[in-house]
Amino acid sequence: MNPVHYLYLAALLFTIGAAGVLIRRNAIVVFMCIELMLNACNLAFVTFSRLHGNLDGQIIAFFTMVVAAAEVVVGLAIIVTIFRTRHTASVDDASLMKL
Amino acid sequence: MENLIALLIAAPLVGAALLLCGGKRLDRTGHWIGTLLAVASFAVAAVLFTDMLGRTADDRALHQHLFTWIPVGGFHADLAFQLDQLSMTFVLLITGVGSLIHLYSVGYMAHDERRRRFFGYLNLFLAAMLLLVLADNYLLLYVGWEGVGLASYLLIGFWQHKPSAATAAKKAFLVNRVGDVGLSIAIMLLFTTFGTFAFGPVLDAAGTATSAGEGKLTAIALLLLLAACGKSAQVPLQSWLGDAMEGPTPVSALIHAATMVTAGVYLITRSGTVFDAAPAAQTAVVVVGAVTLLFGAIVGCAKDDIKKALAGSTMSQIGYMILAAGLGPIGYAFAIMHLVTHGFFKAGLFLGAGSVMHGMNDEVDMRRYGGLRKHMPVTFVTFGLGYLAIIGFPGLSGFFSKDKIIEAAFAKGGTEGWILGGAALLGAAITAFYMTRVMLMTFFGEKRWDPDEVHPHESPKTMTIPMIILAFGSVFAGGLFSVNEAFVHWLEPVTSLAHGHPPLGATATTAATVVVLLLGVAAAWLMYGRKPVPVTAPRGSVLTRAARRDLLQDDFNHVVLVRGGTHLTDTLVRLDHTLVDGAVTGTAVAMGGLSGCLRRLQNGFVRSYAAQMVGGAAVLVAVTLLMRGV
Repeated sequence: MNPVHYLYLAALLFTIGAAGVLIRRNAIVVFMCIELMLNACNLAFVTFSRLHGNLDGQIIAFFTMVVAAAEVVVGLAIIVTIFRTRHTASVDDASLMKL
Repeated sequence: MENLIALLIAAPLVGAALLLCGGKRLDRTGHWIGTLLAVASFAVAAVLFTDMLGRTADDRALHQHLFTWIPVGGFHADLAFQLDQLSMTFVLLITGVGSLIHLYSVGYMAHDERRRRFFGYLNLFLAAMLLLVLADNYLLLYVGWEGVGLASYLLIGFWQHKPSAATAAKKAFLVNRVGDVGLSIAIMLLFTTFGTFAFGPVLDAAGTATSAGEGKLTAIALLLLLAACGKSAQVPLQSWLGDAMEGPTPVSALIHAATMVTAGVYLITRSGTVFDAAPAAQTAVVVVGAVTLLFGAIVGCAKDDIKKALAGSTMSQIGYMILAAGLGPIGYAFAIMHLVTHGFFKAGLFLGAGSVMHGMNDEVDMRRYGGLRKHMPVTFVTFGLGYLAIIGFPGLSGFFSKDKIIEAAFAKGGTEGWILGGAALLGAAITAFYMTRVMLMTFFGEKRWDPDEVHPHESPKTMTIPMIILAFGSVFAGGLFSVNEAFVHWLEPVTSLAHGHPPLGATATTAATVVVLLLGVAAAWLMYGRKPVPVTAPRGSVLTRAARRDLLQDDFNHVVLVRGGTHLTDTLVRLDHTLVDGAVTGTAVAMGGLSGCLRRLQNGFVRSYAAQMVGGAAVLVAVTLLMRGV
């Protein structure tokens, strides 16, 4: 099977994730979309690793996973705190800026 | 011997420091300390004078270099003194008359609770005035020049609780400032032209007139004239002198009659070679002198306030001196001679006026005097001698000095000589008129005061003794100076001397002077001696009313300078608001609007930030791809 197809899949997943981040209001869904984008990147890295015949891409994919795990810890904590204080998980409601 | 020069200034300076910083413990003795130090300064001056007489004419100038004041590169200002015949004359006049007036003030200010401070200021004035005449360079002269201005300001406003006195002091200070600006610019020009401040090199260089063009010298001379106008109350900067009479009378006698107001004459005489090299400026000087001598005399005729009448007279007499100084070498010596005799008789007249006021409960309106000669015999006789001296009665001081000036004015030659001589003669007639008027209204005629309220009495000894001494000076000084032209030859090494030739001859001029003098006296007697003087002033003609208002000088200043100045500042403020502030606030408003637009990007919605990031990343990728294609 042609590895380039994996790249198309990665691009598709990234686009779906980005669109979700831009469109959805629920913080949990936005968060999941960000995870989707990160995993799309991982897929692309692994594919490139295969295409180029070295392991650099796969190593970077591990790094991404570690960073994503750390991000989940912090991000979920923030979301839970916001939900506790405001009783909503909508990202738009968290804006305190005056316009 | 030259080491004594600094002592002249040090004595009154120490007195001023002691009295002004010494505090209340000196209240009882302060006035005597001040007087003693003034007399000490006079004693030093007398020693220096006898020493100077012992040397030959060309060897008389003494120099004392204390230290270099400001040494910066090519810029040298020394604290150094020069005592030549001209300075010596001034030093004797200042310390002599100054000592007498200190003594007089002991009696005059006896009941003033701020007497110690008054003597401190008087001593400060003496020190500053001595510095002015002893300085050997223009910069140091400027220090003294400002010092006497300060002392004058403090003393005019001595009774500062009176708003009129406070205002008069401020007015004197401000008007003087105009002249001082002229002097400071003149000194700067002198330095850039000649590269030094010292009198010797500057005046020698100006005399040869090769190193500087005539235009530059004319500018310097005109600026010096402006300075002289301010300090000596000459037209157009004359308006402060009348108001300065708000100060205590001894101050009027010392500062505003005998010494400080003559500083302008000193400046012009000292800078003689500069003026000689600038004929246009000399013409300006004689015009100022001639106009002022008539101006002051006319104002003196209309004033009912005895001190203001005398102030008009001072202005007029200094006009004579300035006129003489503007005539060049034929006039310098006579200007100084008139200055000295005027110092005697005008100080005597002011002290007499002070004595009259002292006995009349500080009344100054001559229409409320009358018949005082029986009540104040000493004041009457001394004032009378001063009066005879100032109108130029033959044989007294004023006769010798004023007659010489009139002669020199005619000797100027041509139409100019006739005009100047005529003005001086006319001035002499008016002088005789207004002084006779003062005399008649004060000492003769019927009593116009209420005997129940006012008890005129002779003043104490401390006041009469100075008046008597000054009266001696008023009578004999002129005659003594004129023996073999002693005074003129004494000054000759400093001022250079040329004999003028009046078109009519000396005898005819003298005869004319005496005739106009008698005419003036007769006119005054007809108006004020023969018939009683009304207690309230009659309305008078247009000229009289104008003269009472100082020939509308204050109105002129108000309309042209005050109102014009206000308009100018208003316009400038408006320009500042519209143009300068407009540009600044305009920039600020534009920046504010722009940032208001940019602020909308920062809206707090996470999704909008995310969209911006995605958009930015898309743009970066697109650009990278496109650039690779190129």
